[in-house]
Amino acid sequence: MAATDMAPGRSRWGEGLLLAAIALFCVFPFYWMVTTSLKTQVVALADPPVWWFTPTLANYAEVLFEDRVGVALVNSLIVAVFTTALAVALGCPAAYALARFEFRGKRDLWFWFITNRFVSPVVLAFPVFLISREVGLRDTHLALILMYLTFCLPIVIWICTDQFRSVPRELDEAALLEGASQWRIFRSIALPLAMPGVAVSAILSFIFAWNELLFAYILAPNRAKTAPAMAVTFMEGYDVPFGKIMATSTLIVIPVLIFALLASRHLVRGLTMGAVK
Amino acid sequence: MQTRVSRLTLLAFLGPAVAALLAVGIVPLLYAAWKSLHDFNLTRLAQQRFVGLDNYAAVLTDASFWAALGRTALLFGIAVPVQVALGLLIALTLHRPGLSAFKALTRLSLVLPMATTYAVVGLLAQVMLNQKYGVVNQMLGWIGIDAINFIGDPTNAFVAVVLWDIWQWTPFVALILLAGLSTVPPEIEEAARLETKSDRAILRHVQLPYLVPSLVAILILRTADTLKLFDMPFTMTRGGPGSATEFIAILIERTGNRQFDIGLAAAQSILMLALTILLARLYIRVFYREV
Repeated sequence: MAATDMAPGRSRWGEGLLLAAIALFCVFPFYWMVTTSLKTQVVALADPPVWWFTPTLANYAEVLFEDRVGVALVNSLIVAVFTTALAVALGCPAAYALARFEFRGKRDLWFWFITNRFVSPVVLAFPVFLISREVGLRDTHLALILMYLTFCLPIVIWICTDQFRSVPRELDEAALLEGASQWRIFRSIALPLAMPGVAVSAILSFIFAWNELLFAYILAPNRAKTAPAMAVTFMEGYDVPFGKIMATSTLIVIPVLIFALLASRHLVRGLTMGAVK
Repeated sequence: MQTRVSRLTLLAFLGPAVAALLAVGIVPLLYAAWKSLHDFNLTRLAQQRFVGLDNYAAVLTDASFWAALGRTALLFGIAVPVQVALGLLIALTLHRPGLSAFKALTRLSLVLPMATTYAVVGLLAQVMLNQKYGVVNQMLGWIGIDAINFIGDPTNAFVAVVLWDIWQWTPFVALILLAGLSTVPPEIEEAARLETKSDRAILRHVQLPYLVPSLVAILILRTADTLKLFDMPFTMTRGGPGSATEFIAILIERTGNRQFDIGLAAAQSILMLALTILLARLYIRVFYREV
C-alpha cells in the first residue's frame, strides 16, 4: 500500500476530522428525526429549536394507536414481504436461464429487463389506476404487490444472474451426466450455492418495495394504505404536527436502515443495477 | 460455453417472470398510449372521445410542461456537479490507507441516506428547514446568517430541493467513485506514488482514466433518477410554492391526480417514457455491451 507518504500528526488529524464531518453529514438528519419524534408539540415548536429536553414516547403511542400508522405499517410489511417473495420466486429461475442457457433473443430480453430501472412509476400509475378500478383491485395489497414487481423483479434478476454466473459449471455438467434435469440442477445445486446473491436481492427488493410512495399514494388511498403514504397525509392541514410526523418517519425508516446496513456492500450495486461491482 | 436447452425448459424458467413483467409493465403502457389519444377527464367520464394527437400537441405547446422539464434539467445541472465534486473528495479520502476502522464506520454511514425512504427525506426537510423551528436556520444563525424561508419562497424552495438532493445522493456518488478508485491496479498507483508526491497529479494521470466508467454510470443513473424524482419534493413542497419545485414527475401527477385529465397525463407520460428509453438505450450501449 502507498502508506509511505502519510505525514504524521497534523494531516492525520485533518483526515480524521474530515471523516467525522462526512459521517456527521450523513447521520445528523437521522439524529434530528429521532430526537424530534421524542418531543412534545410544544417542545418541537420551540424557537429556537432545543437540543436538551425530557423525551416522551407519546408521539409513538398516538400515531400507532390513534392515527392508524400501526395499520399502515402492517400494510407496508404485507406488501413488501409478498412483493419480495414473488420477485424471488419468479426472478431466480429467470436469472438462472439468463446465466446458463443459450437462446435467441436473450440480448433483447436482457435490454428489456434493464430498461425497467429507468421507467418512472408516474408513467404507469394512471393507467394502472384505471385498470385496477375495472378489475376490482383498487385499494388492495395485491395491486401494490403486482406493481412493485416492475422494479423488484428486475433487481432480483440482475443480482441473481450475476450470482449464478459465478457458480462453477463443472458441478452441473457432472449432474447432467448423471441424468439430472435442468430443474433439478437449478433446485439442488445452483440455487443453494447462489443463496448469498438471492439474500441480497431479497433485501434490496424489500427496501425498494417498503420505500415506494407514488403507486401507494395513487392506488391505495384507504384500506391498503402504506406507511409512506400515511406519513404524507399528516402534512395536510394547518397545524403541522412535527413530533408525530417524525415518529412516523422513524418507524418507517428503522427497518430499511437495518436492512441497508446488513447489505451495505451491495446497496450501491443494486441501485446501479450491477454497473458498479 | 452455454447450454442449449429445449424450448419447454426455457419457457418453464423464463416464462413466469416474462409474463409477470409483461402484465404489469407493458400492458399499462399500451393502455396509456391508447388513452393518450383520447379526451379523457375523470370529472366528465361520459364525454370520452378520440382526439388523435391533440393531447400531444397540447403538451408540446404547453409552457408548464417545458418549464417542468427545464426545472428538472436545472436541478440535475446544479446538483450533479456538486455531488461529483463532494463525492470525489469523500472517495479519495476513504481510498487513502490508514485509519481503517474509522473509515469502515464512515462508509457504513454513507449507506444510510440513499436507503432512506424518499418520502421521509422530504418530510425531514419540512422539519429541519422550517423558518422558525428548523435546526438548519438555527445553525445558520450561529454563523450570523438570518433565518431563511426555505419552503415558502419559490427560489429558496428550489434551492432547498437541490440541497436535499445533494444530501441524499452525494454518498451514493461517493461510493460509486470509491468502487472506481479500487479498480486502479495497486502496482500502478504505487509506482506513480514513487514518481510524485502530488495527489492531484496522481488523480489526473493515474486515477481519472479508471474513473471514467463510474462517471458515466453516475451521469446516466442520476439523469434517470432526476427524471423519476417525485417523493422527496412532493412531501417537501408539493411542487410549490406556485410551480417552483414542480419537476416533470410531479407535473404528471398533478395533471392526472389533481386535474383528473388522464388523457393529457398519459400523453405527458408517453413523451417522458420516450425520453427515458432513449437514455436507457444509451446506458445499455455503454455498460452492457458485453452481455
